[in-house]
Amino acid sequence: MPLIQIHDLTRRYVMGTETVHALRGVTLTIERGEYIAIMGPSGSGKSTLMNLLGCLDSPTSGYYELNGVNVAHMDDNDLAEVRNREIGFVFQSFNLLARSDSLHNVELPLIYAGLPSAERREQAVRALTNVGLGDRMHHRPNELSGGQRQRVAVARALVNDPSIVLADEPTGNLDSRTGEEILGLFEALSRKGNTIIVVTHEEEVAQHARRIIRIRDGLIAADEVNPNPRAAMKFAAGGTSMVAA
Amino acid sequence: MKRLNLFSELREAFAMAINAIAAHKLRSSLTLLGILIGVFSIIVVMTAIRALQGNIESNMQQLGSDTFQMQRFPAIRVDDDSESMDKYFRRKRFYYPDAASIRERATLAKSVGVSADADVGAVASRFRKTNPSISFRGMSPEAFETQNYSVAEGRPFVESDMSGSRNVAVLGADVAKKLFPFGSPLGEWVQFKGVKYNVVGVLEPKGSMFGRSQDEFMVVPITTVLNRYGRETSLRIQVQAHSQSVYPDTLEQVRGILRALRKVPPGEEDDFEIVSNDSLIKQFRTITLAVRAGAGVIASIALVAAGIGIMNIMLVSVTERTKEIGIRRAIGAKKRNIMTQFILEAVVLSEIGGIIGIVLGIVAGNLAAAALNTPPVFPWDWALIGLAVCSVVGIAFGTYPAWKAANLDPIESLRYE
Ligand SMILES: Nc1ncnc2c1ncn2[C@@H]1O[C@H](COP(=O)(O)OP(=O)(O)O)[C@@H](O)[C@H]1O
Ligand SMILES: [Mg+2]
Repeated sequence: MPLIQIHDLTRRYVMGTETVHALRGVTLTIERGEYIAIMGPSGSGKSTLMNLLGCLDSPTSGYYELNGVNVAHMDDNDLAEVRNREIGFVFQSFNLLARSDSLHNVELPLIYAGLPSAERREQAVRALTNVGLGDRMHHRPNELSGGQRQRVAVARALVNDPSIVLADEPTGNLDSRTGEEILGLFEALSRKGNTIIVVTHEEEVAQHARRIIRIRDGLIAADEVNPNPRAAMKFAAGGTSMVAA
Repeated sequence: MKRLNLFSELREAFAMAINAIAAHKLRSSLTLLGILIGVFSIIVVMTAIRALQGNIESNMQQLGSDTFQMQRFPAIRVDDDSESMDKYFRRKRFYYPDAASIRERATLAKSVGVSADADVGAVASRFRKTNPSISFRGMSPEAFETQNYSVAEGRPFVESDMSGSRNVAVLGADVAKKLFPFGSPLGEWVQFKGVKYNVVGVLEPKGSMFGRSQDEFMVVPITTVLNRYGRETSLRIQVQAHSQSVYPDTLEQVRGILRALRKVPPGEEDDFEIVSNDSLIKQFRTITLAVRAGAGVIASIALVAAGIGIMNIMLVSVTERTKEIGIRRAIGAKKRNIMTQFILEAVVLSEIGGIIGIVLGIVAGNLAAAALNTPPVFPWDWALIGLAVCSVVGIAFGTYPAWKAANLDPIESLRYE
């Protein structure tokens, strides 16, 4: 059974008299463990697709099966639960709680999962250690660099052991070197078997993935395997080496 | 598979509430102030009344058990206009023979006492002199029982004191202590307005009410008073029933006798007042009820105003934290979780104001009561009611902002900067 099966998925936005066809019929199958880049120019529908994949939004029509469950017509409550259990989000602007330290930020999904606090803490510490931030647990976002913030976000995305990590322009707010660090992190996660979907408009970022889906005007324009994915540059002080096996 | 962990969720919501309140100290304290004033006003009044009540009610046991008293003027007047005062002044006085008539005809009465507050002045012994504020009273022997006076030393009056209109006196505890600091006053002389009286008894102290001693008086036989001050002296007549069970019948019998004596036509209201310990306490409670109701109204207005303030602040808070709401929704918070978080924040905000209001109210209420010499009280029930009211205010006025927060679109919220 594939992890994700999407059939003829559409999403329209109605704004007054005008209707925007953000997605016009997307059909897609994603297997467990894939590392995918979704590419396309601005306004092509990447974010719309990602919101649907991440169960933040419901399609206007079409079919979406995640992990064998049809989620296209789930209600708000069930979608929240699916997000909590199956999806780990990484955003361009990190989206950490500004007044909470790294540990609390990473614990947050587990709180909504209803885990007891001892277990929560243990898992959050492990997730932070795995991204190389074992010594930054009590720092708040404003006491961390951009790269470190994004690593906290990655730890938060992974702490629930989700089926998919969904990253929307994860390197968009980072300089190229720290961007490479995060991509290195994804690479290592992918090697460990995590399913990763990175949405980007940057060719260089997309080239790290093993499969590239190109979107144009709400339709899939190309969907091909990347014959030789770029390896992330390795840095002495961080990068791939931070991910424990 | 999914465990419901309400406690964790509440703790998270609570921590975030404290966090949010701490992040906006000025704004939060202004909001707290409204709640604080509302809770303070109710608690301070309740504490003061509670502190006074025990004191006053025990002091209102002026009469003996199963005893009532007839008098021209009501014991506690609420309306003080001259018209109603005229009505009382037009009433006939009570005369000494009235007591004898009642004693004769009231078959249910155990005893009938007569007393009068005849004069005020200084009392002197061969050692000392009091200040000129001592009440000079006349009493019949029965009145010692009907007025709850117990003799500590010596004896009360006897029939021969009455028939002979003798110059004997029983002293209130304070007067006895003041005039005879070294030994027993019994057998000594005291002097009041030029007349000497032989001390035959001293009373047990009664303590003080509203900070004033109730033991600054001397008593002489009622007949002596009538001789000296005239037959027109205003009297109080007290009747003691044989028991609680015949009390109502006794009261009705005496009322009938008095109406006949005073020639009140049938169907017209009594031209005298009947008071008892119970009626005094009841009247006191009626008066404090009005005060309490007033405090309740003020508190309600303050709390509604404060509630609207809380709602306002919470709406601002929701807008400011749109992004946070989006993040929480993205990582799995349900609408219900967001609701809980914001309602709890409103409740915490309201409770902080409430707790400060309760503490200040109890302190201020006790200070007011302490000025009148009463022991401090801690009105647990009102403190708990105060806390409950704060929760209700928090929930009532936090629900709409919380509902707004919960129903924000997660995608829009994530995009909010
Ligand atoms: N909430 C919305 N309401 C109306 N139109 C929207 C909304 N979200 C996206 N769109 C429109 O849908 C199209 C696709 O947007 P989006 O998925 O954000 O593209 P991308 O992420 O590739 O830049 C754009 O034309 C955009 O204007
Ligand atoms: Mg986009």
